[in-house]
Amino acid sequence: MTSAVPSALPSAAAPISRGRPGGAKRVLPGFHLTLGYTLLYLCLIVLIPLSALVFKTFTMSWEQFWVAVTAPRVLASYRLTFGASFLAALVNLFAGLLVAWVLVRYKFPGKKIVDALVDLPFALPTAVAGISLTALLAGNGWIGQYLEPLGIKLAFTPAGVVIALIFIGLPFVVRTVQPVLEDTEKELEEAATSLGATRWQTFRLVILPSITPALLTGFAMAFARAIGEYGSVIFIAGNMPMISEITPLIIIGKLEQYDYAGATAVALMMLVFSFLMLLVINALQSWQRRRGASA
Amino acid sequence: MSGGTGMRAPVRRAQAGTTESPAVRRTLIGLALLFMFFFLVLPLAAVATEALRKGWEAYWEALKEPDAWSAIRLTLIVAAISVPLNLVFGVAAAWAIAKFEFKGKAFLTTLVDLPFAVSPVVAGLIYVLVFGAQGWLGPWLAAHDIKIIFAVPGIVLATIFVTFPFIARELIPLMQAQGTDEEQAAIVLGASGWQTFRHVTLPNIKWGLLYGVILCNARAMGEFGAVSVVSGHIRGQTNTMPLHVEVLYNEYQSVAAFAVASLLAILALVTLVIKTVAEWRHDREMKAIAELPPERPAAT
Repeated sequence: MTSAVPSALPSAAAPISRGRPGGAKRVLPGFHLTLGYTLLYLCLIVLIPLSALVFKTFTMSWEQFWVAVTAPRVLASYRLTFGASFLAALVNLFAGLLVAWVLVRYKFPGKKIVDALVDLPFALPTAVAGISLTALLAGNGWIGQYLEPLGIKLAFTPAGVVIALIFIGLPFVVRTVQPVLEDTEKELEEAATSLGATRWQTFRLVILPSITPALLTGFAMAFARAIGEYGSVIFIAGNMPMISEITPLIIIGKLEQYDYAGATAVALMMLVFSFLMLLVINALQSWQRRRGASA
Repeated sequence: MSGGTGMRAPVRRAQAGTTESPAVRRTLIGLALLFMFFFLVLPLAAVATEALRKGWEAYWEALKEPDAWSAIRLTLIVAAISVPLNLVFGVAAAWAIAKFEFKGKAFLTTLVDLPFAVSPVVAGLIYVLVFGAQGWLGPWLAAHDIKIIFAVPGIVLATIFVTFPFIARELIPLMQAQGTDEEQAAIVLGASGWQTFRHVTLPNIKWGLLYGVILCNARAMGEFGAVSVVSGHIRGQTNTMPLHVEVLYNEYQSVAAFAVASLLAILALVTLVIKTVAEWRHDREMKAIAELPPERPAAT
């Protein structure tokens, strides 16, 4: 809301540029310096090292590559990584919407603390999250001791992986939905209500469509983050081959056996997926901006 | 957009139609708090209890241990190098992207975000492929007796990679929203580029900058996956705090592991406090600016 005011200003300042097209921007110094430095740093830290991954796989034959990325143990790890990440992101979709809704629409004591605490998974090192969730869910833990007699085992099983990934992805949906929910216009809801809609109908037909792009963006971000997650998962997963071994752990395992080519092949699969998710998230975000602009 | 102050009375009356019954409201709040309690509060409480399971004495002993000390020292060194480097990059990238128009801007912004999408393990691996014994520069580095992988420089590089976008992505939308008119005015009035940045831009972005730096620092100190690949796990030498937690945990030294973990948990809580304060201050200043527009037309 506040951003609408300053963004209208550059056009007001345009006369300073003496009418040259695009000249308004050139008044400011430092363009070549900052852009040059940005590109240099980006290449040195990110692009050149990432290209090493691609070039390394060129040293393998197509068959070697195919065998490395489709070995049964690797396939099982894809199933676990993608399945658990999807489930966790799905739980976060609903829980995140609930938390965002409660934080935006209702007043209750301690609300500001709860709001600040949402970001804990961003700030807490993943290894700490991993060992503390394991301590909670293990057979003698605070939660595990009540579940064990019921025959429910969460620690050292694929279910534990899902729990760790829910923790890791928790802030994404909340933080993408919250600002959009704050900006939704109550007038529309009032109109719906005065036309005889029930509260649930108003939510489903008026509010939900306006926050859908944000919800999906948050879901995609939580999903992408969960796919690559390593630190929190390895403590709670038990890491049994074919059952509870995630794909990043496969890469680590291959590295420890000095199988650099094999590790690189699997890493390339993950990298390609990361690129795809980045494109999906970008598309969702521009959808969201268009939605915001047309509203 | 906010409905205008004159609308207040009718909005009040219509409010009954835009909220839920108290029972629904309470249920939803209860469910949200329950979820937050199980997933956020309990893990934090578990770290504290496990660390103090054998009392304060054992807790201090675990923290005084030389290997724990060297892990703390290394973590501080790594953050002290990687955060300032990413700070300089973040400000430069935000200045170029937010204040100027050029071809490929959207693509560049996506590339800046790329490290967030890459798995930390893959991030560590790429540096092994460049600097490792069998990597591109491996033979040359070995001939000149320079160690990067399984040594501190590799840990720093991996940390820079995973924290790469934090400050830039915080500043870009902020500086875009603020536009360029204030900077242009300063330049036209004869200020140098550096003076303009320091006296005009910096005061406008300081809370966003702090927010980015503090999150970048938390991630730099807490990174596990990427650092784990390049560190080599040499006790007392290349173990950062999170790696030391893993070593202790795998050796069944639960109290010691959670003692070191508790320091990281405190770091996380301090981060959240600073972040929240920065957010409040920023919101307050944005509100103050939003009340300015009536004066603006007179200025141009």
